[in-house]
Amino acid sequence: MQLIPCPWCGPREEAEYHYGGQAHIAYPEDPQGLTDEQWAQYVFFRDNPKGPFAERWLHNAGCRRWFNAVRDTATHRLLAVYRSGEPRPEVSSR
Amino acid sequence: MSAPFRLPGRGLVDRGTELEFRFDGRSYTGHPGDTLASALLANGVHRVATGIEYGRPRGIVSAGVEEPSALVQIEAPFPEPMLQATTVELYSGLVARGLAGRGRLAPGPDPARYDAVHAHCDLLVVGAGPAGLTAALAGARDGQRVVLLDDQPQPGGSLLGSAETVDGRPGPEWAAGAAAELAGHPDVRVLGRTTAFGCYDDGFVLALERRTDHLGAAAPAGMSRQRVWRLRAGRIVLATGAHERPLVFADNDRPGIMLAGAARTYLHRYGVLAGRQVVVCTTDDSAYRAAVDLADAGATVAAVVDARPRVPEAWAEECARRGIEVRAGEVVTGTSGSERITRAHTVPYAGGQLNGLRRGIDCDLLLVSGGWNPVAHLYSHARGALRYDPARGAFLPDGELPGIRVAGSARGCVTLAECLADGARTVGQLPPPATEPVPEPTPGLVLWSVPDPSEQDGGAPRPRFVDLQRDATVADVLRATGAGLRSVEHVKRYTTIGTAHDQGRTSGVIASGIVAEALGVDIAALGTTTFRPPYTPVSFAALAGRDRGALFDPVRVTPLHGWHTAHGAEFENVGQWKRPRYYPLAGESMEAAVLRECRAARGSVALMDGSTLGKINVQGPDAGELLDRVYTNLMSTLKPGSARYGVMCGVDGMVLDDGTVIRVAEQEFLLTTTTGNAATVLDWMEEWLQTEWPDLRVTLTSVTDHWVTVPLVGPASRAVLAAVAPDLDVSNAAFPFMTWRDATVAGVPARICRISFSGELAYEVNVRGWEGLRVWEALLAAGEPYGITPYGTETMHVLRAEKGYPIIGQDTDGTVTPQDLGLGWAVSKKKPDFLGKRSFTRAENLRTDRKQLVGLLPEDPDLLLPEGAQLISGATLPAPPVPMHGHVTSSYRSAALGRTFALALVKAGRECIGDTIHVPLEDGVHPVLITDPVLYDKEGARRDG
Ligand SMILES: [Zn+2]
Repeated sequence: MQLIPCPWCGPREEAEYHYGGQAHIAYPEDPQGLTDEQWAQYVFFRDNPKGPFAERWLHNAGCRRWFNAVRDTATHRLLAVYRSGEPRPEVSSR
Repeated sequence: MSAPFRLPGRGLVDRGTELEFRFDGRSYTGHPGDTLASALLANGVHRVATGIEYGRPRGIVSAGVEEPSALVQIEAPFPEPMLQATTVELYSGLVARGLAGRGRLAPGPDPARYDAVHAHCDLLVVGAGPAGLTAALAGARDGQRVVLLDDQPQPGGSLLGSAETVDGRPGPEWAAGAAAELAGHPDVRVLGRTTAFGCYDDGFVLALERRTDHLGAAAPAGMSRQRVWRLRAGRIVLATGAHERPLVFADNDRPGIMLAGAARTYLHRYGVLAGRQVVVCTTDDSAYRAAVDLADAGATVAAVVDARPRVPEAWAEECARRGIEVRAGEVVTGTSGSERITRAHTVPYAGGQLNGLRRGIDCDLLLVSGGWNPVAHLYSHARGALRYDPARGAFLPDGELPGIRVAGSARGCVTLAECLADGARTVGQLPPPATEPVPEPTPGLVLWSVPDPSEQDGGAPRPRFVDLQRDATVADVLRATGAGLRSVEHVKRYTTIGTAHDQGRTSGVIASGIVAEALGVDIAALGTTTFRPPYTPVSFAALAGRDRGALFDPVRVTPLHGWHTAHGAEFENVGQWKRPRYYPLAGESMEAAVLRECRAARGSVALMDGSTLGKINVQGPDAGELLDRVYTNLMSTLKPGSARYGVMCGVDGMVLDDGTVIRVAEQEFLLTTTTGNAATVLDWMEEWLQTEWPDLRVTLTSVTDHWVTVPLVGPASRAVLAAVAPDLDVSNAAFPFMTWRDATVAGVPARICRISFSGELAYEVNVRGWEGLRVWEALLAAGEPYGITPYGTETMHVLRAEKGYPIIGQDTDGTVTPQDLGLGWAVSKKKPDFLGKRSFTRAENLRTDRKQLVGLLPEDPDLLLPEGAQLISGATLPAPPVPMHGHVTSSYRSAALGRTFALALVKAGRECIGDTIHVPLEDGVHPVLITDPVLYDKEGARRDG
C-alpha cells in the first residue's frame, strides 16, 4: 500500500485515492467541429507509456480534490504531484 | 505419565505446571512454554503425520515456521485445520491429531473475534533475535518510536535454542533483559506472538498477532483471538534470521530425521533430548554444535558425517574429546526404519561422486544440515532483489531498498557476534554486546542432492524427497526438466514444490539447485521462485477482522425504517440502502402483495418511502450553467418553483443517470439521482467542475439523508394532501404538474413536488429527516378513508414500467443513448454543447439497427418472462450461433393490464412495434408481441387526477 502525497493534504494511504487516467487531456474547444475520428480520439484513446506518465488522481476519501501526478508506470513510483491547472513539472525517472 | 525425553535442569519451560493434552487419541503431559512438537518429542513421539501422496510416516523436522512435515489438525477447543506442530503452543485441554496432508475445516462458525490495529513508528524491527534486539535497543536509546515484533512468545530468537552467552549471561537471560529495557522506553512497543507476513511500499507492514490461541479454552471472552497490525514505519529493519536447509538423500523423510539446529533448540529451549543414539550429517560447521551439545546432554553421538573433504579442526577436536567419530568426505545416502529411523547408511563422497562401500550406523535420530537460507521473504515482498552466494549456496538480499535494512543472519551473518554488531549498527554507534570466541569457520559445501546408490548400482531407485508436504522428489524435478521446463517458476507449478502450507521454506532453493544441475546452468542465473505475501498462513477471519456480517459494509436506513420493520416490510438492498420491497399482509405472497399495492396506487391512494433517492444541492451564480453542461436538456431556463426531468450522459453519449431538477432559487437547484447512483453523479459533476470548469462558481453538496421523501400516489392523493396541508391550494390550476411548493404538512415545513413516476396524480412530500415519521403517519391517517396503502420498490417498478419509464442501470447497461430509450425529447437541440452531445452524431450512434426500448406482451398473458432472456426471430430455435435480436430488461405482472408484460431492448425495436418476436426458454420458444413501451394511459389522462 503506497503513500500518495496529496498536494493539499500530504502523504496519505493509497486506498484514499481514486485513479483518473491520463492528465492534460482538455475537453475540445468545439466538439461539433471535429470529425468522428477526432472526437473518438478524445473520448476513447489514451497514451500508455512505459515510464513517466502524467495522470489525474482524486483524493476521494480525503479532501475530495483532483490533482495531477507524474508516475513512472514501470516502477509505480510517484515522481511529482501538482495541483490541477499547474503545468506538468519536468521530472525524469529515478 | 512422565516424559522420558525431558532432561532435568534444562530448558525454559515452566516445569512447575503440567499441561494435559491428547494427540492421536492418547494422553500426554507437557509444560507451559512447550510447543505441541516439543511436548510430543519429550514423550518420545516422533511420528506425527503421514505423507499425502505415498502414505509414508512423517515426523518433526524443524522447531519453527519452516516445518515441512509435522502437520496437525486441532480438534478442541477450537477446531482448526493444517497447523504445524512446531508452531502450536501447548495449552491444557489441547486435542490434536496428525494429518495426512489435508485438514478439515470446522463445520460450525468460528465464535472468536478478530480485530485490526493501525500503528505508526519511526523504526519497525521484525525479529527479536540477536540482531533485532540490538537494532531495537539502538533505536530506543536514540529516542525513536520503535515497534519490535517477533513470532515467538518470548524474545531471543536463535539465543533461545543455544548455549551461547551474551555479555557473560546466558542468551535467553540477556534477551529478556534487553526486552525489559525496551519495554521501559515510553515510545517502544514490543509485540510477541506476532508474525510480519507482508512487507509493502513506503514502510507498510502487515503483521498477525495471536493473542489467545495459546490459552485454549481459558481464553478470555471478549478478547480478540488474533489481530492484524497495519504498521506504517519510517524505517524497517528486517532481522528475520535464517532457516537451516535439509539434505536430500534416499529415504530422507523418516521420523527421526531432523535439522541439526532444531535438535539444539529442543535441547536448550525445551529441555528435550530428541534422540539417544545420534548420527549427524552435515555440509557446514553449524551442525557440530548440535553434536557437541547433544553429547554433553547425555546422548550418544555415533558419528558426524561431513561431506567436506576437510573438516573444521577445532570442532573435530571438540568431537574427539567427547568420543564422537568424525568422518570427512562421507555422506548419508539412505536410511532404514519404518515408524522411525533405525539406521543411517553412509558412503564416502568426493567430487560429487559416491566413492566406496556403504556402511550402516544404528541411530534413532539423524541430524542433517545443508547450510542456511536467509529469511529474505519480506525483503522480496517489497521488491528487494536477491543475489546468489555460491559459498553459502543461498540467495541473499541484494542492493538497497529505501527505508529497509536487512540485519543479522537474514543478511548472511554467520556468528552471533556478527549478528549482534549488525543490528547495533542500525542507529548510531551502539557498541555491540560481548560474546565468546568461536572457531575460525571452514567453508561449507553446497550439496543439492546426494546420489541414490541403489540407482547407481542399477537397482530400483528410492525416493529422495525435496518437498515433504507435497511428497515431491528429485525424480519429479527431473521429470519436469525432462519435459522441457526451464524456469523454476514452471518447475514449481509442474511439481507443486513450494506450493504447500510451508511455501517451500526448506525445499525451494534445493529445487532450484537440482534444476540448475539438471540443465547444466548457473543457479545464479536461474534464480529462485518469487516470495509473495503472506509469509505464514493467515486466516480469512483474521484478514476480515470486524468487517464481517453487519459490519461488512455500512447499512443505510431511512428515518422511517422502524415503521417499515414494525409493519412487516420485506426489504431489498439497493446499494447500501435497505428499502422496503413490499408489505405483505398475513399469509400474502409477494405476487399478491404487489398486485394489491399497484391496485391501490392506480385506484385510490398509496405512498412509499422514497428517501433513498439521491439528492444534490447545487448552489452558486453559475449553477444553471453547470446543469446546462451536464444535462442533455436545458436547465438554466427553469423558473424557481418549477421542476424538470433531466438525463445525464457520459462524453460517449451513453445514459449515466436521470432524475428531476427543481429550481429552489435563482442561484440554487436541487437535483435527484437514482438511489444507487448518488455518489457517482456527485463525483461526476465534481470532476468536471474541478478539472475542466474551475471558473464556474458552483458548489455541490450531497443532501440525500437530510430529507425524508414520500411519494403520495393515486387519484385520491390530492384529497389526502389537502387534509394534511390545509393552507396549500392543491388545485391543478394553482399547483400544476412539474411544479413545487413549500407548505406546512402535519404542522411541519415541507417541500412538495408535483412529479410522478407512475403516471398517476402524485405528490412528492419532502420534510426534514427527523420529522419524517410524524408526516408519514399523518398521511396514513388522512388517507385511511381512501384505504391508503404503503407500497415498496417492487410496486414502484411495476407502475413505472407500465408507463415505459426506464430505470437507469436496469433497462440500460452503459451502451444505451437517450434516443435508444425514446428520450430524444429530453435532448436539447438548442444548446450548442453538453456532455455527450457530439457522440450522438457518431456514425455508430446513428445506426438504425441500434437496440431500442420497447414493450413486450407475451402471447400467453400469464407467462412472466425472465429478466435477461434473449430474443430471437423465429418460432424454432436454430442451430448455434443463434442471432440475438435483443433482451428482456424488466418483466412484471400488471394489475392494471390484467396480464404480464415486459420492457426490452430490441434491435430497431421501434420499427418492429406490432411484430412478433420469440423468447427461447427451457420449456420451449414463446411468441411475444413488440409494443410501444407505454402500455398504460398512453394519453397521460391520469396525471392531473
Ligand atoms: Zn487531499
